[in-house]
Amino acid sequence: MANKKYDVIIIGAGVVGCMVARFLSRYKLDILLIDKEADVGMGASSANTAIVHAGYDPVPGSLKAIMNVAGNRMWDTLAGELNFPFERRGDYVVAIGDEELPLLNNLWERGVKNGVPGMMMLSGDEVRRREPNINPKVSGALWASTGGICDPFAVVIAAAENAVQNGVTLMLETAFEDFVMEGNRIVGVKTNRGTFGCRWAINSAGLYSDVVMHKAGQYPEFKITPRKGEYYVFDRAEITINNVLFPVPTPVTKGILVTTTIHGNTIIGPNAQDIQDKEDRSVTREGLAEVWRDATKLVPKLDLRHVIAVFAGLRPGGNAPCKTPGVNYGHDYIIEIPEGVQGFVNLGGIESPGLTSAPAIAQRVIEMLKDAGEKLEEKRDWDPIRPARPRFRDLSPEEQKILIRNDPRYGRIVCRCETVTEGEIVAEIHAPIPARTYDAIKRRTWLGTGRCQGGFDTPRVVEILARELGISPLEVTKKGPGSQFLVRPTKDVEG
Amino acid sequence: MLKQKYDVIVIGSGPAGLAAAIEAKKTGAEDVLIIERAKELGGILQQCIHNGFGVEILKQDLPGPAYAQRFIDEAEQLGVEVLLDAMVLDISPARHIYAISKWSGFAELDARAIVLSMGCRERTRAQIRIPGTRPAGVYTAGTAQRFVNIEGFMPGKRFVILGSGDIGMIMARRLTFEGAKVERVLEIMPFLTGLIRNYVQCLLDFNIPLQLRHTVSRIIGNSRVEAVEAVQVDDKWQPIPGTEEIIPCDTLLLSVGLIPENELSRKAGVALDPVTGGPYVDEGMQTSVPGIFAAGNVVHVYDLVDWVTEAGFRAGRSAAKFALAERKRAARQVKLQPGDNIRYIVPHVMDKESLAEADQRLQMRVIQPIEDKVWVEVLDGDNLVTRKSQRYVRPGEMVTVDIPQKAYDAVQKADTLTVRVVRR
Repeated sequence: MANKKYDVIIIGAGVVGCMVARFLSRYKLDILLIDKEADVGMGASSANTAIVHAGYDPVPGSLKAIMNVAGNRMWDTLAGELNFPFERRGDYVVAIGDEELPLLNNLWERGVKNGVPGMMMLSGDEVRRREPNINPKVSGALWASTGGICDPFAVVIAAAENAVQNGVTLMLETAFEDFVMEGNRIVGVKTNRGTFGCRWAINSAGLYSDVVMHKAGQYPEFKITPRKGEYYVFDRAEITINNVLFPVPTPVTKGILVTTTIHGNTIIGPNAQDIQDKEDRSVTREGLAEVWRDATKLVPKLDLRHVIAVFAGLRPGGNAPCKTPGVNYGHDYIIEIPEGVQGFVNLGGIESPGLTSAPAIAQRVIEMLKDAGEKLEEKRDWDPIRPARPRFRDLSPEEQKILIRNDPRYGRIVCRCETVTEGEIVAEIHAPIPARTYDAIKRRTWLGTGRCQGGFDTPRVVEILARELGISPLEVTKKGPGSQFLVRPTKDVEG
Repeated sequence: MLKQKYDVIVIGSGPAGLAAAIEAKKTGAEDVLIIERAKELGGILQQCIHNGFGVEILKQDLPGPAYAQRFIDEAEQLGVEVLLDAMVLDISPARHIYAISKWSGFAELDARAIVLSMGCRERTRAQIRIPGTRPAGVYTAGTAQRFVNIEGFMPGKRFVILGSGDIGMIMARRLTFEGAKVERVLEIMPFLTGLIRNYVQCLLDFNIPLQLRHTVSRIIGNSRVEAVEAVQVDDKWQPIPGTEEIIPCDTLLLSVGLIPENELSRKAGVALDPVTGGPYVDEGMQTSVPGIFAAGNVVHVYDLVDWVTEAGFRAGRSAAKFALAERKRAARQVKLQPGDNIRYIVPHVMDKESLAEADQRLQMRVIQPIEDKVWVEVLDGDNLVTRKSQRYVRPGEMVTVDIPQKAYDAVQKADTLTVRVVRR
């Protein structure tokens, strides 16, 4: 098959791969971005807490800490350029009862060491004033003004789209199989869709970053352990949490938090369950019970009747020791151009705060490539701006009127809970990165995420996808091959 | 062409909405509009192609679309206006409605009375928190019914149905007719939750097993449903370990309850009963917001369509009466309008009948001082209603004039009264 040669092949189109593609698209490079799934951002980026972390949590001196704080600083510019929803609301680590209070001091000190700006210690009274739904036994909180929330799907899609706008080639449903080596130099990537030549291969394979680096002969002892986190989503008409509320952390995790999505739904989670299967995003009875127990400690008035969705995500937990002398930490990021193999940029174990860190990691990749002698000449026509497409529900009545007048399809609401119009769906199907599945439209428009969970919109979206893609409704899928909604026409019974 | 103001606007054209519109017309409302989100009237009845509709009030056993058509025809004959393929975005407590559609664009409408008849929605797998994966092939029974009966497609070949609600049982039969295999109906309760007649006609007659005290404890399959794990539950609905059973299937249908659809009611400020999930209503189906009425599954979930229709009649009648009273009240009002040298007048409007009880005092301020004798005149067009003399007027000093009771007859003819200040 095709053996086109690229300057750079990026393996994995999650938030890290897409950010790297977007930042590298500034330079005169021929770039291919591949992912095994039917859409970008389907791995760890697809199900997480959507928080841009301030940076008081990672161990000082670790790459995690450095990337977190550096990444956090980049988000305002990034949100402005890529036009995705992002709000710097700040976050709280909440101590319940007097025994938890001293633990806040540890975080404060970590934050200071990591260079986190805008931290403040709050009294229990002040926290109760700011978040009336909180457990009245709250004894104090660490408040970090630089914490933020975003729409993680929008972030990944916007970065990928901007990369594509600037000349990056994206191939979906394209799975990495192996490297093509010449001596100890990577010269190509084998995939299920053929072999492609390259001068550089970048491993941003997330949950599979261990598999990819092993194929390059790197870190045979490195292992990704998927860590499952389960969540509940609440009806925003029933409960509103204004803030990001963390419990005091344990040595393993930042804990089960109560927060809000940028769309206004309260969410609780995640727990942390180490598993083996990298595709197991099933929700368990036990996991949900654990999340409920811890979240209701923070906000006792949560009510199970107001839950509209449950889901699970996987964090790509690594076991790379921190390389900073004197720092004893065993779960750091790998961000390097290794010495043992040429033409390889290795990004591994990028778990939380990976979303926050992604732009800083992309920036670090550029610096590493420069250090490795890559010229990286800037394109004169690089456009950092990804224009936003209209979101009907966010517009004023006057703007809505104009939109409908110019394109009547914006006057037809397909998802009534989230107020998503046919116009928005059609625009996403024909966007630079076309939404070709139901879930792809869901992630882009937030359709089907409300209280009826797609009960109303599904038949309508199937019809629109079939019409716009020129396929039969029988071929329309939820999330790629094998996930068709329909099996045959009625009155067509097999003998 | 849409009017700007209607006597009664009905939101939703299922059995409740159709009945409300018809009865509103019959009660004397002149301008009645139905706003419907689908491309045709009738609501969910259009996908209910089974019979069982109309036995109580029509004394006939009709399929859903035929039942709906009776009322659609009557509404049409009575001159009810319709806005189809349209969605109401917002309702204010003052009965101002924002609606959009592909065909009419963005419409702002005023209603003297509103009937909420948006029906209900189905509970989803998330609301009962079924563990497992999230593949294609999990549908609510109503969504599957739409695929089969409206779109003409089968959503699967081998089904398990969770919940013994009526739609679930009816779909079990419908899918069997279409050549699909319905493995089982599971019900977590120790009793049937739908009608006995549906159990007999839809399950027993087709040898579809019903298992009480059972639920789905896990959904299996990444892309498409491959199987579900069923389990027996104890008296507290908790799974009994050791009773798990894997049932291979490609589709799980959920018939686990209906919830009144009250997002618009909330926006209009209507108070909801946490038990029914619908508005608090009085005997005329009026909600806590005056002039806003509600009927059908939006109030509480019914089992027979006939009673939905009946509730619609009641709400339509009350809404029309309210609208007519509104009209009467508005007709009694006269506007008070500043004329020459008057900046404003308080009150802005006056009930004409108030003169039957007492003189009515108007308070106002002038724009320019006049240091000379003036008339403060109240006019209906060119006809003088009353006037008063003053030695001067100054913006700093409030001016008053009384409309006397003896002007009662003159005021009855007026829509607007103008007040002006002129030199004598």
